[in-house]
Amino acid sequence: MKIRVDSEKCQGHARCYGLAPEIFDVDDYGQASVLLDEIPPELEEKARLAVANCPEYAIEIISE
Amino acid sequence: MAHIAPVQDWATDFDVLDPRYVSDPFSIWDDLRASCPIAHTDRRKSSWLPTRYDDVTDIAHDIAHFSSHKVAVIPGDEDEDPNANFDGPDLQYGLPPISADPPLHTWTRRLLLPWFSHKRVDSYVPLTRELCRGLLEQFADRGHADAAADYAQQIPVRVIARILGVSPDLSDTFTGWVRDVLEFADDPERRQRGGEGLLNYFLGQLEDRRRHPGDDLLSELLTTEVDGQPVDDGIVLGMAALVLIAGVDTTWSAIGSSLWHLAAHPEDRRRLAAEPELMATAVEELLRAYAPVTMAREVTEDIEYHGCPMKAGDKVLMNFPAANRDPAAFEQPDVVRLDRAHNRHVAFGSGIHRCAGSNLARMELQVALEEWMACIPEFSLAEGQETTWAGGQVRGPRILPVVFP
Repeated sequence: MKIRVDSEKCQGHARCYGLAPEIFDVDDYGQASVLLDEIPPELEEKARLAVANCPEYAIEIISE
Repeated sequence: MAHIAPVQDWATDFDVLDPRYVSDPFSIWDDLRASCPIAHTDRRKSSWLPTRYDDVTDIAHDIAHFSSHKVAVIPGDEDEDPNANFDGPDLQYGLPPISADPPLHTWTRRLLLPWFSHKRVDSYVPLTRELCRGLLEQFADRGHADAAADYAQQIPVRVIARILGVSPDLSDTFTGWVRDVLEFADDPERRQRGGEGLLNYFLGQLEDRRRHPGDDLLSELLTTEVDGQPVDDGIVLGMAALVLIAGVDTTWSAIGSSLWHLAAHPEDRRRLAAEPELMATAVEELLRAYAPVTMAREVTEDIEYHGCPMKAGDKVLMNFPAANRDPAAFEQPDVVRLDRAHNRHVAFGSGIHRCAGSNLARMELQVALEEWMACIPEFSLAEGQETTWAGGQVRGPRILPVVFP
């Protein structure tokens, strides 16, 4: 699985970081980024949770 | 407090200060969503009240038509002229970034955000935990407490005082000013008194930091340069006042509402005590169900929005709490599910004005609940004693009598 954060949409709610700090980081200004090029199978569920909890619909699954 | 004529028709004459709305807005929103999802009133000022998730988030993102220049839910003198009751630096921009649109919003927000980053907020955890434990020690053996006044109210104000570099000893005074501005906004005298108190206090504090800079937020704002220029005095003052105003009533209300829920719902309280690993998810669910804050926007030009003829200058009340109860966005929204897995709640707003202190608020709520549950896992509403609620801009319990073994 590959995912990305749309930096235009991200407003720094940090829900993704709260749910999956193994996958996401959030900088001092609230901008989220994906730490992993490829999401390992054991983290896919967490990645989906982050997608489903982002209030800005800023996280996108690029490939399954 | 001005007399509130009881509302007969919520769709055309709503009043967020009507006691029924303050104590139970949920059924009113349900009725409106089904009949007239964007309500209107001419009370105080022509204002609109969206109740659907999609409308609230859509308006929050449309900053061209919906300005943040005037964010008070209850209009007041300072809405027209921020310096009306204050003889100091020019406050024409209000309390940026909350009362600003880009570009002012953008750079003032960037100055504040690092103070509330998750890394910075992690460093405030020990102080918050110690504070909560100290408060609990004062009443844990007593068998009863006012969970709002003795606990919830005492926490955020002291943490934010530390961040601002002002004395936590003045917490009660700060709380009084903030309540005057937000909760008693319909009483011109109290509102003016609170505003003056806050602004004059920070004026003095900024003067002091100019002479004796520290490692606090006020000192940094004074020494920061933007495009090679120091930040205008009125903007620094507005930002300082904002951090206190936004950091007190809001989180205190969220902590109080969450404790009210747990006191009133023993099955949830027992589950949280038995499954402490649920806490982070439960915190988001409690924020969803009891989102405290409504902010206003101002319509910038006449537009028809979903059939509503909005006029330039009208207010739109950004009903984030109602959005969070919309059945189109949340399954069984009126049921608190502590393990709700899919929860795109907008308790902290949506779009560019997402609450700058959301990491701090979330941490304070979680630590306050963890410490309470560790110390007093069994508690319930005190029979025969009434819980009172404040409402309008910020909703939460102000007197919350609970008993415990």
